[in-house]
Amino acid sequence: MRNLTALLFSGGLAFLLMVIAWQFTLGDAPMLIGAAILDNAVKEVGAANLVTSVVLGYRGIDTLGEIAILFTAATATSMVLGSFAMTDEASETEQREDGSILGSSVRLFFPLLLTLGLYIIVHGHLTPGGGFQGGVILAGAFFLPLLAIPGRSINHGGIALVEGFSGAAFILIGLTALFSGQAFLQPLFEHGVIGHLFSAGSLPLLYIAVGLKVGAELSGLLANLAGISSHAAEAEK
Amino acid sequence: MNPIEMNPVALQWLLYFGAMGLIVIGIAGVVLHQNIFRMVLALAIAEAGGNLLLVIAGFRFGAVAPILQDDALQTLNTSNMVDPVPQAMVLTSIVIGVGIQALALALIIRIHQRYGTLNMREVHACMMVDINKSAAVDDLLSAQQPRGRRPLPSPPESTAKRANNE
Repeated sequence: MRNLTALLFSGGLAFLLMVIAWQFTLGDAPMLIGAAILDNAVKEVGAANLVTSVVLGYRGIDTLGEIAILFTAATATSMVLGSFAMTDEASETEQREDGSILGSSVRLFFPLLLTLGLYIIVHGHLTPGGGFQGGVILAGAFFLPLLAIPGRSINHGGIALVEGFSGAAFILIGLTALFSGQAFLQPLFEHGVIGHLFSAGSLPLLYIAVGLKVGAELSGLLANLAGISSHAAEAEK
Repeated sequence: MNPIEMNPVALQWLLYFGAMGLIVIGIAGVVLHQNIFRMVLALAIAEAGGNLLLVIAGFRFGAVAPILQDDALQTLNTSNMVDPVPQAMVLTSIVIGVGIQALALALIIRIHQRYGTLNMREVHACMMVDINKSAAVDDLLSAQQPRGRRPLPSPPESTAKRANNE
């Protein structure tokens, strides 16, 4: 009976969504703002990647809010899982000997992933990618040793430092724009030559701050989850 | 077959069916499953459908990604590009989704450690017991619940006497 109700509900939802879809024609944008941004973004922001000019130029406060949500989620996660991280000293969980294949591939991939992540962050205003995508790759680079060598701990103090400084840098750049007589988070500096690495004003700086913050937050979050699973494995033994 | 060369109406329904199908599958999963971990996974599927729907909203026929490259860097021609606003919104939504899923998984880990089960009803029953205990309320007795079993016990002596006098 319960399943039947659920299926009926899902079918009704599908029908409603289809009715909404019926009213849109594909390829005909329901919003006009997109066309206006496409026309003006190159002149106003000067980034080759127009998605970046939307994310950081036109909707910078949204991005700040998004970082805040991510920060809240990471804080709440470490709060929920936290008491283990406090009691769980590195001396208690002995660092197991790593397998040679896993260990060497981690040592091989760590610098490669770091380079790739930083490249994607720094070129966020030129190519597909940016602070969020590159930050996730950075987090992956720092998470790899934890996966390969269970029981290995991560430097939580360093992560908190990077996270705090990059978040503060993002807000400081926004405040600098505010005190120089512009709106909060409005892009600063000259646009430069479009398509060059040093172009688009303060957008690359903002994306570097976002990338470092996302990377630090996600690696802290993943380390928390990994720490609790290795602790559970210890408890089972 | 190149999807752009397809019949536009067929392409429209293919894309919309895909995105909305993902949303409906996700919502149905949330409603049908008893296991809370599977509910989180179903929520992730629904979220993917929502993101896909947003990206489809910015679709234009014959348009390219909104990034200036190669020739377009010289001409600065942005007329044949898809809408960048939904893409920026989806970027936001994906990151927020990751944060929320991590938080949900952390809560699920804690629930499993405390109660040893992931079944929603069992967890709910255990939680109610815990909440009642921490509030110093009897397990099965809340203020809204009728006290005693039916037939109800007869009222105490004093109230019966008062009723007779009146």
